[in-house]
Amino acid sequence: MKGSSVILFQNCRIIDPANNIDTAGDMILSEGRITAVGKAGSLKLQSSEGIIFDLDGKWLVPGLIDMHVHLREPGEEYKETVASGTRSAAAGGFTAVACMPNTSPVNDSEAITALILRKAEQAKMSRVYPVGAVSKNSRGTELAEYGEMKQAGVVALSDDGRPVANSQLMRRALEYSSSHDLLLISHSEEMSLSENGAINEGALSTRLGLRGIPHVAEEIMVYRDIALADYLRLPIHIAHISTKETVDLIRRAKRNGSKVTTETTPHYFSLTEEAVGRYDTRAKMNPPLRTSEDVEAIREGLRDGTIDAIATDHAPHSNMEKDLEFELAANGIIGLETSVPLAIALVRDNLLTATQMIELMSVRPARILRVPGGSLSEGSIADVTVIDPDRKFIYTRDSIVSKSTNSPFIDWELQGKAVLTVVGGEIVFNELG
Amino acid sequence: MEMETEYCFRHKHILGLEDLSCDDISFILQTAESFREISSRPIKKVPILRGKTIINLFFEPSTRTRLSFEIAAKRMSADTFNISASTSSAKKGESLIDTALNLQAMSPDAIIIRHSYSGSPHLLAKHINASIINAGDGFHEHPSQGLLDMMTVKQRKGTLQGLKIAIIGDIAHSRVAHSNIIGFSKMGAHVYVSGPATLLPPGIEQLGAKVCRTVEEAVTDADVVMALRIQKERQLDPLIPSWREYASFFGISSRLLEKSKPDAIIMHPGPMNRGVELDPALADGPRSVILDQVTNGVAVRMALLYLILGGDR
Repeated sequence: MKGSSVILFQNCRIIDPANNIDTAGDMILSEGRITAVGKAGSLKLQSSEGIIFDLDGKWLVPGLIDMHVHLREPGEEYKETVASGTRSAAAGGFTAVACMPNTSPVNDSEAITALILRKAEQAKMSRVYPVGAVSKNSRGTELAEYGEMKQAGVVALSDDGRPVANSQLMRRALEYSSSHDLLLISHSEEMSLSENGAINEGALSTRLGLRGIPHVAEEIMVYRDIALADYLRLPIHIAHISTKETVDLIRRAKRNGSKVTTETTPHYFSLTEEAVGRYDTRAKMNPPLRTSEDVEAIREGLRDGTIDAIATDHAPHSNMEKDLEFELAANGIIGLETSVPLAIALVRDNLLTATQMIELMSVRPARILRVPGGSLSEGSIADVTVIDPDRKFIYTRDSIVSKSTNSPFIDWELQGKAVLTVVGGEIVFNELG
Repeated sequence: MEMETEYCFRHKHILGLEDLSCDDISFILQTAESFREISSRPIKKVPILRGKTIINLFFEPSTRTRLSFEIAAKRMSADTFNISASTSSAKKGESLIDTALNLQAMSPDAIIIRHSYSGSPHLLAKHINASIINAGDGFHEHPSQGLLDMMTVKQRKGTLQGLKIAIIGDIAHSRVAHSNIIGFSKMGAHVYVSGPATLLPPGIEQLGAKVCRTVEEAVTDADVVMALRIQKERQLDPLIPSWREYASFFGISSRLLEKSKPDAIIMHPGPMNRGVELDPALADGPRSVILDQVTNGVAVRMALLYLILGGDR
């Protein structure tokens, strides 16, 4: 993407963790690059052409990157498309998203990868980095064609939503992905323990009469995946972690030198299982919402750096999949447009610094996926986000940009919002005026 | 000097005993007692619910509960209609909400629903105007069964306050157990549960039950011993190795019953696997109140329908 316009940001709070910067300043974007960063009041436009934004102290940060979303195209365009999903991403402050392969058909081929990328190019919103399937049709039996998918543009591999049960296949997938220098992202779940489960197992599942998903179902597989990666001395990324024991496991593994990285989602640090209330399917996801003890541990993991990234696991579903008996309802919630305010709440709680938040939402996702962005150095791509940390708003159903509205946060009063999103120097979302 | 404010039953739906107060439960039991006599009249019909339309919407096979609700409704002159769907609505291609909206369009006053998924009655109550009575949802609740069990115990013991109730068996998959634990604890009884650890769900204490490691411990000094049905398919899950082993280690025998109070009564929600949950001699013996439970079922369901649809509503 080559930007044609020139943009000058004045009076910014520039937060650029990659360069250890959190200071007042100005910035110029031109030709799709960051061309100048300077002290407040120091930068001016060369000609009269260009847009000037006075940010009045709002945050100017490297474009946010969500490394775990579901765009539903091809196959379930009634829930979301690449176009609507990236429009939602842009509205949430994300300049790039990595989309999981559990589409229909599954993205296990160069053809599907190419299709997704073509749709993304047409949409001209956020960048899209497709994630390819680990196994053919994500069936967990044969390896997919990693080399061809990489040539077509996948940045990582995952059988998200359909976890790799067979340990031998997981081992071979780790080995073979290393031959193509692709990261493996594991949805770690021991399905013989979680099968038919609808919410976290415990007093609440008993009270509601729902089959539970015990937290060990996650931890057993996280342990297996780390053990395999360690044995092979290869990296692995554990997706959407939700339990205290998982945080402890990963903390220990990192201390012991494992090349493991991980992510969690805003719902795992903002909600407990109690959000299910009386069978509210908008609080049904996999892994399920856990207890307040788990939420505390996830927050501590974010604070101490055990958790590398905040991703949304944006999972659009229509009412057809959600307005059902609880056990029949689909797992997942949308998240792109609520991620920034929910993360900023952690900054307001003094759990994270603003720098840490941007590391979690931009710098480290860029490094883990090895994609451009995550930095405001001169010469970097002009992917930037402006965040107003004080902006209060009510997240209404009508305001949702995504095609789907399956969110437990509807009608919440939130504070902190992306107000401008710039991808490759082009403004893709603007609420600044 | 009495300052009691007048009690008024204010529920539109009966979704579970968790929603009912102590006063509600007492009032329902009292109302049920007053209706019991109707069933022993030569002409077993009163006009209280004439002109009311009641739909039995059963997504799971049921003989006793469905018939009991139907008899209750008919004895009060309501018009009843039965819909049995052996498979779930979703499998037929119509969603539960769509099914309910279609029924709603025919203006029923109450829908009695049984469904294999927990929370289905709550989903219905959210989307339609008719009163909803939960006739059993998944592993969640079976409120009318809990009420008829309390009514039966109260008849025999005079009170529920301070009684020791032992519930033995598949607590994890039993909506009857859940409603009984909630109901009896609310009314001041002490509920003890036991069974193989595979059938004891986590956090059951929070519903009000004390968990005993052995069946013996649970039935010791009990006023009421209730055995729960073991479902055949549970063997495959795998939760129990065989019916034979279950019967010898967790079944209620006369020897075990010697530990309970001399006047302890024996209950079973049915249908019973003869010789598995309960020694057949006990089930048929003088301490068994199993058939009283069935008789009281009609009275309790008459009371529920009356309180929801009758009166000046």
